Parts: sequence; C-alpha cells; structure tokens
Amino acid sequence: MKASLTSRILMIIGALLILALFIFPMWNITLEAPQYPEAIGMDIWVNKITDHNPNDLKNINLMNHYVGMNAIPEKIPEFEYFPYIVIGMSILGIIFGWIGRRNLFLVWFCMMVILGTLGMYDFYLWEYDYGHNLDPTAAIKVPGQAYQPPLIGSKVILNFKAISSPMIGAYFLFTGILTALIAYFVARKQAKQ
Amino acid sequence: MKTLNKIIFTILAIPLLLSGCQTGNSGQSGALSSDVASKVYVKPGEHDEFYAMVSGGFSGQLSVYGLPSGRLFKVIPVFSVDAEKAYGFNEETKPMLNTSHGFIPWDDSHHPELSQTNGETDGRWCFINGNNTPRIARIDLGTFETAEIIELPFSGGNHSSPFTTENTEYVVAGTRFSVPYPQKDMAIEEYKGNFKGALSFISVGEEGDMDIAFQILMPGFDYDLAHSGKGKSHGWTFFTTYNTEESNSLLEVGASQNDKDFIAAINWKKAEEYIAQGKFRTVATEYAHNKYDDATHSATSTIKKSVKVLDPADCPGLVYFLPTPKSPHGVDVDPTGEYIVGNGKLSANLTVHSFDKVQQAIANKSFDGEAYGIPILKMDEIVVGVVEQAGLGPLHTEFDGRGNAYTTFFISSEVVKWKLGSWEVVDRQPTFYSVGHLMIPGGDSKKPNGKYLLAMNKITKDRYLPTGPEVTQSAQLFDISGDKMKLLLDFPTVGEPHYAQGIEAEKIKPRSVRIFKLEDNQHPFAAKSDKETKVVRDGNTVHIYMTMIRSHFTPDNIEGIKVGDKVYWHITNLEQDYDVPHGFSVMGAQNSELLVMPGQTETLLWEPLLEGVIPFYCTDFCSALHQEMQGYVRVSGKNANVPLKWSLGDHM
Repeated sequence: MKASLTSRILMIIGALLILALFIFPMWNITLEAPQYPEAIGMDIWVNKITDHNPNDLKNINLMNHYVGMNAIPEKIPEFEYFPYIVIGMSILGIIFGWIGRRNLFLVWFCMMVILGTLGMYDFYLWEYDYGHNLDPTAAIKVPGQAYQPPLIGSKVILNFKAISSPMIGAYFLFTGILTALIAYFVARKQAKQ
Repeated sequence: MKTLNKIIFTILAIPLLLSGCQTGNSGQSGALSSDVASKVYVKPGEHDEFYAMVSGGFSGQLSVYGLPSGRLFKVIPVFSVDAEKAYGFNEETKPMLNTSHGFIPWDDSHHPELSQTNGETDGRWCFINGNNTPRIARIDLGTFETAEIIELPFSGGNHSSPFTTENTEYVVAGTRFSVPYPQKDMAIEEYKGNFKGALSFISVGEEGDMDIAFQILMPGFDYDLAHSGKGKSHGWTFFTTYNTEESNSLLEVGASQNDKDFIAAINWKKAEEYIAQGKFRTVATEYAHNKYDDATHSATSTIKKSVKVLDPADCPGLVYFLPTPKSPHGVDVDPTGEYIVGNGKLSANLTVHSFDKVQQAIANKSFDGEAYGIPILKMDEIVVGVVEQAGLGPLHTEFDGRGNAYTTFFISSEVVKWKLGSWEVVDRQPTFYSVGHLMIPGGDSKKPNGKYLLAMNKITKDRYLPTGPEVTQSAQLFDISGDKMKLLLDFPTVGEPHYAQGIEAEKIKPRSVRIFKLEDNQHPFAAKSDKETKVVRDGNTVHIYMTMIRSHFTPDNIEGIKVGDKVYWHITNLEQDYDVPHGFSVMGAQNSELLVMPGQTETLLWEPLLEGVIPFYCTDFCSALHQEMQGYVRVSGKNANVPLKWSLGDHM
C-alpha cells in the first residue's frame, strides 16, 4: 500500500533539507583567549573548513604551531566523498518518497542516523589526531598536555577556551532526518485509519 | 601727607584685592566640591566619547587623544621624521617630506582641521599645516597615517591654514609672511608695495587628492588665520590680516600702529567664475606634491610646475576688506554662518560682523576707500555687535550650537563665555596659563557638540612636576553642558598644542583599518610568502626580500654581503591579525628601525662599514617567542669571494 501524499511530501522535504549542508556550515570550533577579545574560529562544512572571521585559520595555525600542532588541513579525503554521500542520500530519499513505501522512510532514517554517527566518529578521530599528533621539536612542550578540542561543548586548553557547537547546516541535517521519521509515523497513522 | 597716605594705602591694597580675586577664581576652578573625577573617568576597557586631534606645534606632529579621559593614543608623524615609525627614514616614506627645497625633515604644525560634509565633520580626513616650509598635509583617519602633503608656492609661514569649506571643496592656506613676488634677490627695506601675500585654495577630490586650484595675490600684509563661511555664508572665506602697515622690521611696534586692520572676505564662488572665464595668469613655479599609496605601501613625490593666480584688482567682487580693530588673530564664523567674530588680539573688545550687513554694504557700495584696488567696507555698516571689555588679548572663539560663544584671552589667561546677539559676558574661567586656541568638538562647524571645551595653554610653570627648564604644555578640559563652565581635567600634551579638532568617536571607529590585506599588497619588493624570499645582488646594491611572521624572519641567515654594499632590506609582515606589527633593526643602521604593520612591506637602507657577523632582530614584542625572532647577516671584505647565500633553519 502506498503511503499518504502528506507523508511522501514530508519524506521528500526531509531528503531535500539535507542539501542545506552545501549552503551552510555544519559545525564550529571557537577559541577564546584574553588576546582574542573577538575570539577566533573555524567553520566546518561538508566539503571544506573555512575562517569564521577573515584570517582565523591562519591565526589558529600560527598559535598552534608553538605547541607543535599540524596546520588545519585544506583538504582531507572526507571532503572528497562526503558531498557524494549527501547528494546520494538526498536522491535516495526523494526516490523513496516517490515510491512511497513507508518502511523505506524508516530505512532512510536509519541509514542517515548510522551515517551521521559515523560522521561524528570520524570528526572525533580527526580532532584526536589534531590534538595529539604533535611535532616533537615544538617550542612549547607541556608534558601530558593534549590539545584535542571537545566534540561538543567547551573545554579549557591552556590559555584558550575551546567551544565546539553545531551550526545551521547541522540543524538542517537533524531536521531533515527527523522529518523522514515523522513522515514514517504519519504514513503509519494514516494507514491505520 | 593725607594724600600720600591714601596713595600708600591704595598701593598696598591692590595686591590684596588681586589676590582676593585669584582666591575666588581658583576656588571656582578647582570645582573639587563636586565629583569632577567621575566625569573624566572612562572605565578600563571602555572607550572615550570623542577623539581629539591635537597639533604638536614645533614637534611637527599630530597627537590623538580621547575625551573626556585625556588619554594619549597615538602621535602621528606628519612633517617631522619619526625614528619609531621609520617615517622619513624608510625608503617608502622619504618622498613624503620632499619639497622644492629638497628633503625637509621638520616643520611646525599648528592647525588640524577635519574634513566636512554639509558643514559637519565626517571623519574621513584631518588636514594640518606646516608653517615653516609651507605645506598642507592630509591624514587618513582609516589608517591614522599621513596620506598626502602638498607644498605651497609663493608663501612664507603658512599660518592661516588649513581651514575647510562646508563640503571640503577646498582647504584654504594663507601666507603669514608676505614675500617678493615672484621670489627674488632684493633689498628688504623695499618691502612696502613690492611684497605680496598669496592665499591658496586647495581643491580636495573624492579620494582626497589635493591640488592648488588657484591662488589670490593679495597686498603685502600678514595673513594670520582663516575660517570659511557656512550656511548662508557658504562660498566665502575670511582671512584676518595684521601688519597692514607693511612694516618689515620690529613688527611688535611697526605692525601695531593702525587702529584697525582687516578681515579679508574672499568670495571663492566668484573666484571659480573668474577661473572659468580664464581671468587668471598661469605662473611658473615649483612645488612638491607627495602621495602615499596604501596598495604599494609607498609614497611618490611629483614636482608641479605652475599655479593659476587671480589678481583682486582685475577681479571685481572677489575680495572685500572688513575693518576690524587691533591686529585680529582668529576669525571665527558661528554655526549659522551669520556672525563673523574678529578676535582683535591687542584689544579688550571682540568685534562681530554680520554677514547680512556685509552683503548689504557691498550691494550699497558703502565703501571707505580701498587698499591696492580692494574695496574697504564701512565699519559702522557691517559691525553687528561688540563684546565690551571681555578680557585682554582675545585670540580664538568657538561655538556650542546653543547660541553661546567661547573666547580665549591670552593676556588675561581665561576663557570667556558670551552670548551671540546680546553680546553679554555670562561666565569666565581662568586657564593655567596663557591660553591659545580652544576647541569644542565640531565647534567651528555647522553642528557643534557642546558638551566639552578643550583649552590649550602655552605656559604651565608650576602646574606639573618640574622637568628642568623645559616643562610641558597643557590642555584643560571644561564641562560646558551647564550654565557655568566647569574645569574637569588638566593634562600634559605632546609638543606645543595650537589648534585641535574634536569628533564623536563613532564617526571614526568603524572606518579604522585593522590590517592591510596581504593579497592587495602591490609593493614592488614584497615577498608575500616564504617562497618569494630571496637575496639579489646588482653591482654593489643588494636587495633582500624578507618576510616576518611569529616568530621568525625568512631568511634569518644571510651571507655574501660586502663592506661598501648598499643593502635594501625589503621586509613584508605576513601576519593578517589585528595588532601584530613586527619591528626590524640591524646593528649599525644609520637611520631607524622599521615597524611593519600586518600585510605591509617596508624598506630599510643599510650600508655596513665593518666586516663581521651582524645581528638583527624584531623590536616589537610580538609573541611568546619574540626574543627568538632574530638572525645574522655576514659582512665580508670588499673583495671577498663569499657567495650570496640565505636560509632559514633546515627548510631552505
């Protein structure tokens, strides 16, 4: 039995919402310190990392080189294939909406949750490497000190307070995933009636 | 005997009376009964309400203060070299101080004047005059650096300048000294009738380009100060004159004989018509026009070859003389443009002319003869009011926009508040001591901000801790928001402040530049990344393309320099962060350090005289590893065969 029109539209809307990842950054790491009254930060997109304010990345790298951290990469393999995954999932979601089988909505929702979790895990691994893989010739060495920013929330790292939080792209992603789940329940409810 | 007793009593009583007066005064001025301190207290981390641009006088600089706190933020080098900022020492700014007399490293800067739009300060630029070798500078209020300097031909002692018109169409510049025209070798005693005074009208473009639009060739008087009309008097500029006696020696006597001198009223709109009609002469001369470019981070100097000159005798309606008592110093136009205040410095009175009456007198041809073909208006017909016996030695007047005027009196050392229209004195406050100019933010514009008044003093004597024979000059801040003026603060200044300008901080703060974008750097010797660094020899000239970033120079080891080489260190600051300049100094440099702003390139010429390994280092405490920001340059003998070599760590 085909799902109701409402639920199919919802499913398609959900699938389209995740494309907002190409318009808005999804995550932000902000560093606060006395010398940076306006803070410096990076915006993480599905396919790139950018300055939050002009020259922030350059200035973060400058600060970090003293403790031997690597420069923030301009390119990582993830940026190559993440966009295909997002576009692929969006198309898949639209197709599922078109087909209109409510179980497919649930399948899409679960796939997205799994992919999202993997994405966060990947982000954690990068953060771990970024904060632990230090140049042994660094000018400033603090025994036992790592510089890994938090996954979400805030953390004091030497003179900096690092704050990690989702940005508007991530909210679109969450809403898209949630809309697919709502589509599933709407379809189920209407089927029962 | 009784008479003698009376006389003795009177003589004894005078000092008592005087001291009684003074006690009364200082009691008022102290004003410590109320909480004065909190009125000038700006909490740490908070910003002042106003910028004050205060001239440095014989320091040749312009200093930037905050009001009401009186805190000093920056001293901008304008006409004088500054080894701290390398102004006039690095290759980029040397052309700024070029003139027809060659490189002139000093001048005497008196009158800052902010650019205006519709008669209001707009925060784009501040102009200031160089007196001695006549020049006008334009300071960019985005960078707070001197952006342009133009020299003035046929001038001597460029004092009556630079006063702007309502939309900064022109800044005007009058000569204090009249000089032979054109300059030539002649007997000084032949002054009378042979010397001339040039009044320059310098047009200002949208991007600030200054150009001498025309000069008006005036009789050989001394042209002291000026202000342009506003509102109804827009289109006119007024210059005070003294020495209408045309004395060439012992002027303190010779120039003080006439009961009246003149305010010269110039109809510059008329001048524009005469220029358009071709009624000018083009006179050959030479003067420098120097401009600094923020893209190349370098200045260029061009020698201009001619100027357009208007002769008032050939141009009816161009100039009128307004008779004004006793060597008027300042001439100040009220915010409505109607009242023209002549501050007759050897008089006790202030004479106020009415612009409407001046227009009427011109229309009715109410002339009292003429001088060198310039009509003299009948004084009775144009004077609208006299502030009687206000004080001794009036110099300058500013306005609060509420119908009040404030005048400084040098000899009686006070600021006097009086009312426009009724001409009555309503308040007076002593200054410590011998006040010159005063400033109310916007006080010479159409829209004064009448909250504070800054009085600038020539003498301080006992007011501060003594520092040997030379003691500081000072500025005194008054609260003028109430009926009575209240002294709030008394702070030392840089150099000798003459005039100042004040402006609401919000008009400037948003345009203040933070960094120069590295990608926009078009300096011909810039190295915009470490990859572009190199050392190039061309005969005995060596160019070092170097970069600086926290916390190293690239390269930091250089070999192959020889005694007798001219070494140009072209250093680019790769930083793109606010407030991260780096400095550069090398042992034995006979000029200065460099202080390079983020994204900027500067060049220091270094001519090593001795063999050895010479250290260089960063002079601006830039980072935790600032002290590690250093390097060596090896200097070999004249005929050595050490090859050019440069490196940084293991990376090169």
